[in-house]
Amino acid sequence: MKDWMGKIRTLSLFSFLVLILSACGKENLTALAPKGYGAQQSMTVIIVSILVMTVVFIVVMIIFLYVMMKFRRKKVGEGHIPQQVEGNHKLEVIWTVIPILLLIIIAIPTVAVTYDLADESQMEDSININVTGLQFWWNFEYANEEIQTSQELYIPVDERVYLNMISNDVIHSFWVPTISGKMDVNPDNENTMYIEAHEEGVYWGKCAEFCGDSHSLMDFKIVVVSQDEYDQWVAAMQDTDPEYTAEAAEGQELFANSCISCHAIDASSTNPVVGPNLADFGNRAMIAGVRDFNKENLVEWILDPASIKPGNGMLGAPYLEENSISEEEASQIADFLMELKATEEPVDSVEHFRENESVHSN
Amino acid sequence: MSTLVANEKKGFGSTIWDYLTTVDHKKIAILYLIAGGFFFLLGGLEALAIRVQLIKPMNDFVSAGFYNELITMHGTTMIFLAAMPLIFAFMNAVVPLQIGARDVAFPFLNSLGFWLFLFGGILLNVGWFTGGAADAGWTAYTPLSTTSPGHGVDYYVLGLQISGAGTLMGGINFLVTIINMRAPGMTYMRMPLFTWTAFVASALILFAFPALTVGLFLMMFDRMFDSVFFDAAMGGNSVIWQHLFWIFGHPEVYILILPAFGIFSEIIATFSKKRLFGYTAMVFATVLIGFLGFMVWAHHMFTVGMGPAANSIFAVATMAIAVPTGIKIFNWLFTLWGGNIQINTAMLWALGFIPSFTIGGMTGVMLAAASADYQYHDTYFVIAHFHYVIVGGVVFGLLAGTHYFWPKMFGTILDETLGKITFWLFFIGFHMTFFIQHFLGLMGMPRRYWVFLEGQGLDLGNLISSIGAFLMGIATIILLINVVKTSVKNEKVGADPWDARTLEWAIPSPPPFYNFKQLPLVRGLDPLWIEKTEGRKGMTPAEPLGDIHMPNNSFLPFIMSVGFFIAGLGFIYQKDNLAWLSAVFIGMGIALGCMLVRSLKDDLGYHIHKEDLQKEAKE
Repeated sequence: MKDWMGKIRTLSLFSFLVLILSACGKENLTALAPKGYGAQQSMTVIIVSILVMTVVFIVVMIIFLYVMMKFRRKKVGEGHIPQQVEGNHKLEVIWTVIPILLLIIIAIPTVAVTYDLADESQMEDSININVTGLQFWWNFEYANEEIQTSQELYIPVDERVYLNMISNDVIHSFWVPTISGKMDVNPDNENTMYIEAHEEGVYWGKCAEFCGDSHSLMDFKIVVVSQDEYDQWVAAMQDTDPEYTAEAAEGQELFANSCISCHAIDASSTNPVVGPNLADFGNRAMIAGVRDFNKENLVEWILDPASIKPGNGMLGAPYLEENSISEEEASQIADFLMELKATEEPVDSVEHFRENESVHSN
Repeated sequence: MSTLVANEKKGFGSTIWDYLTTVDHKKIAILYLIAGGFFFLLGGLEALAIRVQLIKPMNDFVSAGFYNELITMHGTTMIFLAAMPLIFAFMNAVVPLQIGARDVAFPFLNSLGFWLFLFGGILLNVGWFTGGAADAGWTAYTPLSTTSPGHGVDYYVLGLQISGAGTLMGGINFLVTIINMRAPGMTYMRMPLFTWTAFVASALILFAFPALTVGLFLMMFDRMFDSVFFDAAMGGNSVIWQHLFWIFGHPEVYILILPAFGIFSEIIATFSKKRLFGYTAMVFATVLIGFLGFMVWAHHMFTVGMGPAANSIFAVATMAIAVPTGIKIFNWLFTLWGGNIQINTAMLWALGFIPSFTIGGMTGVMLAAASADYQYHDTYFVIAHFHYVIVGGVVFGLLAGTHYFWPKMFGTILDETLGKITFWLFFIGFHMTFFIQHFLGLMGMPRRYWVFLEGQGLDLGNLISSIGAFLMGIATIILLINVVKTSVKNEKVGADPWDARTLEWAIPSPPPFYNFKQLPLVRGLDPLWIEKTEGRKGMTPAEPLGDIHMPNNSFLPFIMSVGFFIAGLGFIYQKDNLAWLSAVFIGMGIALGCMLVRSLKDDLGYHIHKEDLQKEAKE
């Protein structure tokens, strides 16, 4: 079945269509220029169905336009009484049978890909990540590696990764359009999907199931790295013991007083998840998923998270209710957070992302 | 002084009283038209606010919380309070006339259905003024809806429950009417297609609405009485709501679109001067769509994690619906083929519908492909698709019906020039708004997004979409001007201004309150056309002139609905303060009291006497 699919994809017509469609959208966000297995498989079905449906549309439009030109009152005369035709059995059969055949053409790849994308046979030998969706952020726990991170999911290129997903509150949906289609993250049961990225880079992930005030700001990233980088990253995360400079000492103390009860800074922490794990924060591609990575934005987030993500869980933090952190102290906390690094430098993809992407928010 | 004369020349107050108590299907149709029209404007304003918010990235025109109320109420209002009642407006105005009946089977129930819908609709919107309307999306997925703070979702639950009861009554009423009250000779296979589609839609209402009722009751108990049907942590299941909602929700789409198909079938046949091509196939396609409509609900849930077997089955079942829908499109095209096509405003809407709806059907099949839907689902692609079918299908149908049936309902013809301007502005605005959204979705824009970030390649598409929405807004204003202008001018037209084919055009416009002085004899499909081609002016009567039995007006439906409204408020606020339980008892007391009065007091109606009818004929 897979070979057959491969052949279809190589048809020049298809590549031509892909070329047109790839002109649409941002390269690490759009579903129209897939860079992962799931997105490619879905794209195949999308293209098959667009082609078949376009044929139908063209047929309808040809008849429609012909009729509109030929049988207008102006053409046939004011008083013309047309023959009162009852119908035509042959025609009825034709426009019943041909659509059925066309639908079969769409149905076959649809079903094949549906089963293919639900394949769990390689689950045991693959990287397994437990994904938890929360209003309005994502927690990622690497089951076998025993590390935890949030908001930015690191995976090795060309490697199948299984995601076991559950929600802590309402329903969310995990969607990285360029890599794979989406899967709901329910509070009731664990849903499993796999992703496989074919190109290194940082890809935008979106929450696709309406989940409350900041649903539109529940962005996350998938960071696709080389196998070497991935192994180094995992090793570093398993041993997050950052050394702080003197400048960060005050921030560390403030953090220990006001933040640590919700935010772990140790990637191997097994405490119950309350707020995002901030280990390796200094190597993040973005702040809060939707702000450029710089200190100014981080200070703003610490002081006023409500205006950036309305309704988020941090709004109940004691320090905000008591208004007990000054701008200067927030700046010290920011200094500390930006020194939280598992590896000396961010991976190349993140470096590239920080340099080239900007959402310009203030 | 007879009852005939009593109906003319009344003051403003007595006209209001007449409409509050009427059980006449034609007046109830006008009530549905006004109320549905009002909610259509309200939902339209909400849509415009949404499009202003999305006109540029990171806009702050409205807050996140208010935006969520806007999208929720836009969807809920448009489906339940605009599209459904407007469909009912035309079903009421036309179906009894098309089958040659003097009223619907249960005129009292008809009135009750309307007032329940109206008070339910008002209840839904009360939230705007009391601290926030519903904000969990029109689909109200649990647990977001069950945990939503405030009373917004409570209004949604009670409002929909009350208006849904009205709709269910309407559906049952039309089923009985169409089965029992057809004129002599009006066999099933001679019924006009609008009547057929109203019939099938009513059957769908009968089977689909109970699923919503059950779902809403469970949600009501979860929100107000601490049950945990949808709470996973307590052993409930939140996905059950999605099943219940879509077991109702998918047939609901066909409840809306089938009568619109019916309206188009009437218009296309009339203005092509041709019998509907493949009438039998059209009828069977309608029934088949109605039947399959119940088999496909889970295609709204491909990403829920049902597994590949369920996804595949529902994918293929959904694709199957394209076949009867395609049959319909081709039969309309071949009705036009060889016809004498007159293009006026009603026909423009019908002709604009064909390509628009075909695009909606195309994307429908694309969405049915489960493994492709993983990309489309919950994005603007879906928004684009269902607006193509609901605006391009249902709304176009309602606007076509407004122009086509206006003479029958009001005795005047809507201005053609303004009508054509409305059509072109709306048609262009519609495609501008929604075509680009297919691409926005695939470019990574999920639905129900309050803001989109800068630099995501989504700016231009959203701007175009917003501009299109304003064109539709302007078109709607011109339509309103048209209605006012036509009403002020008040130029009366005859019984049959379109040279049409079906029974409703055989009686005066607007029809007398008893519709048919003598029930007509139906001799085939398109009965009026048959008589006209044989040189007769009108229908041949099937009975001698005799007394006509008519139902009495009643104020009970209005009071009963007020009772349910008060009880609804009581249910919502007893959560805060148990004193509100008194409102529940008072409200339910009023409603049940009305039922008791209705049950115990004989209301035998009255007769219009033969002599009065003869006297009227001479005048």
